[in-house]
Amino acid sequence: MSVTRSHPHDAARLHVTGTARYIDDIPTPRGSLHLAFGLSDTARGTITALDLDPVRAAPGVVAVLTADDLPFANDVSPSAHDEPLLATGTVHYVGQPIFLVVAESHLAARRAARLARVEIAAEVPILTIDQAMAAESRFEEGPRLYARGDAAAAIAAAPRMVEGTLELGGQEHFYLEGQAALAVPQEGGDMLVQSSTQHPTEIQHKVAEALGVPMHGVRVETRRMGGGFGGKESQGNALAVACAVAARMTGRACKMRYDRDDDMVITGKRHDFRITYRAGFDDAGMLQGVEFVQYARCGWAQDLSLPVADRAMLHADNAYFLPNVRIESHRLKTNTQSATAYRGFGGPQGMVGIERVMDHVAHDLGMDPVELRRRNYYDAAAGDFSTKNLGGGARDLTPYGQRVEDFELHGMTDALMESAGYAARRAAVDAWNAEHSAIKKGLGFAPVKFGISFTLTHLNQAGALVHVYQDGSVHLNHGGTEMGQGLFQKVAQVAASRFGIPLEMVKITATDTAKVPNTSATAASSGSDLNGMAVKAACDTIRERMAAFLAERHQCEVAQVRFEEGRVFAGGAEMTFAQAAQMAYEGRVSLSSTGFYKTPKVAWDRIRGEGRPFFYFAYGCALTEVAVDTRTGENRILRADILHDAGASLNPALDIGQVEGGYVQGAGWLTTEELVWDEAGRLRTHAPSTYKIPACSDRPEVFNVALWDGQNREETIYRSKAVGEPPFMLGISAWLALSDAVAACGDAYPALDAPATAERVWDAIGRLRDGV
Amino acid sequence: MSKIHVSTTINGDTAEFLCDPRETLLDVLRDRLGLTGAKEGCGTGDCGACSVTLDGRLVCSCLVLGAEAEGREIATVEGIAPGEELHPLQRKFIEHAALQCGICTPGILVAAKALLEKNPDPTETEVRYWLAGNLCRCTGYDKIIRAVMDAAAEMREAA
Repeated sequence: MSVTRSHPHDAARLHVTGTARYIDDIPTPRGSLHLAFGLSDTARGTITALDLDPVRAAPGVVAVLTADDLPFANDVSPSAHDEPLLATGTVHYVGQPIFLVVAESHLAARRAARLARVEIAAEVPILTIDQAMAAESRFEEGPRLYARGDAAAAIAAAPRMVEGTLELGGQEHFYLEGQAALAVPQEGGDMLVQSSTQHPTEIQHKVAEALGVPMHGVRVETRRMGGGFGGKESQGNALAVACAVAARMTGRACKMRYDRDDDMVITGKRHDFRITYRAGFDDAGMLQGVEFVQYARCGWAQDLSLPVADRAMLHADNAYFLPNVRIESHRLKTNTQSATAYRGFGGPQGMVGIERVMDHVAHDLGMDPVELRRRNYYDAAAGDFSTKNLGGGARDLTPYGQRVEDFELHGMTDALMESAGYAARRAAVDAWNAEHSAIKKGLGFAPVKFGISFTLTHLNQAGALVHVYQDGSVHLNHGGTEMGQGLFQKVAQVAASRFGIPLEMVKITATDTAKVPNTSATAASSGSDLNGMAVKAACDTIRERMAAFLAERHQCEVAQVRFEEGRVFAGGAEMTFAQAAQMAYEGRVSLSSTGFYKTPKVAWDRIRGEGRPFFYFAYGCALTEVAVDTRTGENRILRADILHDAGASLNPALDIGQVEGGYVQGAGWLTTEELVWDEAGRLRTHAPSTYKIPACSDRPEVFNVALWDGQNREETIYRSKAVGEPPFMLGISAWLALSDAVAACGDAYPALDAPATAERVWDAIGRLRDGV
Repeated sequence: MSKIHVSTTINGDTAEFLCDPRETLLDVLRDRLGLTGAKEGCGTGDCGACSVTLDGRLVCSCLVLGAEAEGREIATVEGIAPGEELHPLQRKFIEHAALQCGICTPGILVAAKALLEKNPDPTETEVRYWLAGNLCRCTGYDKIIRAVMDAAAEMREAA
């Protein structure tokens, strides 16, 4: 069986030889043109004059387009049709595309784009959460509210209470391959688009609207992305549409890629949040009532902000039973980039809110933060006897009414505390801190419970197309996209296992809207869950046809035909899979099939906040140790121990890669990655020179990562679990460890905002030491 | 603008090209010579995705002009494998699953090879800091460091 084994990434050999092709590496047809946008330098205003003659006169420029030149739809929004490709008279953020330059080279287009004379009557922009609240500038009619019980009364009646405010920064995806697309005109007005996108169907849809053709006139192909992380779910629309429109107009192939600075200035990022909280609890640390108000800065267009903000609400409980809870969510419209999907899709922000509460409560009680968390955990799933349930009653209901039936964290926490030597290290850190004042150490523990499924229920479907050729080789296609996560290999392992053949016999092919239609984005960690099942269905259809044919020929029961280790056994006969395929072909058996899958059990009402949005939950927990130089705020992760639940992993090597990379990316979000906008709304951190993602030197000195030995309690593909997003939130433990180290500098609660840059850590230490 | 004629050596082979005086070595490699292994991650020398060596010295090819290649020896990821067989670093990156999306991989391999040529027995800390100029957004770096350490050990044994 190919599944459950650590095969390398499917393109590993291409990657190490530099021969894997990304969009910008694809040889382009002779005469290809290159595109660049002219951008707004003003956050909010009306365009009063636009002189593009200098742009048109620049060397190499073939055409310059404004909104008026677009033949059909001027819209690249994935949701509310509120995002024009090119500005229509008004501008809404610094970096908004106003016009499109088509030129003979990438640099000619970019140089020319700087030459326009644009006059904008500026208005006062709405940039901050406070400004947006004051102006009532928001998406949806008012705040969303999910609640159970009477949180206010429970807090009032509780013996103890904490409250506070947390500022939580956004995050740039920093996929190392910037956004890119290539459109090649076909005969009869058709268009072929190659796009670095997580959502080829969406690209097809938006390009078709822009060209005024049915979706069947547009084919989109995506072989791989150089990283996505949610940033290529909707943000590639603009480039693909621009290329297609320009290609239609000029009759020549058109390519567009954003330079890094343009990419960071134009595209959306993770939503930054402010979260205020009040929590009532008893002397044993049991939460009685919790209230959150979440303020999400969504930027200028709606994009995916509503489901992102919903998911933040749906993860405001994280791993804890909240008997009385109220979550209020404000989705604020501001004159900044349109915040978009980013790994975790709001879940991380919601989770940081409750982890702050836990940190604050533990500090208030002087209780061990791990013990406090365990007491408030949901009940263990049936069959988990590792820890007795402390709640005394059914503590398994989420605030939105879904029962937590698969809770793994009691056993996982036990195991991690044991393997990481928590008790001894806690004592060692406390002893160190008692003796040292310059360098303080801290330990942070974070559990993760992450809901798996698209909350928009109809997206939970997938299709596949599988061919078996007469030589026994297999052609595999499905709607998922490869962005480095190893999806293609995991799904190929499924196909190889269904046919009982070696992995080398399965050819992985680019995602292609002409092969599998109407796909969902590769997002919500759903890639292998959905596409693995769809491919399984397609393979099983072909296998059953082959088995029925061979059973008749060899006079045995269909159920007795076996496909194993590259061979097929039928009655007394034994043959290679290739021979079986050849015989089936000659016997006029169809060796091609589609496959389809839809996730069972999910049903969700996002307005009422009730139902079962998730098929199951994925779990993880992490313990991080840091050292902080109290004189400068500089800090370092000394050690991270992680235990993560990938169910029965389809490929442990790839899954551990997701866990390690997710943790580091999550820790980066909450520590060094700071986005800074100035008072004019300009993003001042628009390149790696000023925006600090973790580097090799930031890797924890000791990094122990293991997968939890379990399997999905729901029937997923080979009982595996989704693993793309959940480990991202393990990085919260790094932020909690910094909070712990800072807390050792005084008596007050540090109330550390995020990202906890060295500067913020230093400030927090100052507040504690000054007793402010 | 008139173009400059440049004669150089790339991965051991002589090469000639015409380029704009403003054109970077990265653009020359990718757009004129069809060597797309070096990638543009930032264009400002901060991410390392375009790493190549120039007379054995590790550089960001986005910060070098194509014209500067005159008379020099350039090595890119395409030249790391001696033939059909992979270089030990390449093999170890596959074995250790030290790549995900793969777009930083060519630059990291070029950088790691340059390190091992200077220092065949680096400490883990030396590897971490040598590679600190090569950003990877996917892996979290752990497997990359393990792969480099393992390849170094194997190369020392073979030497």
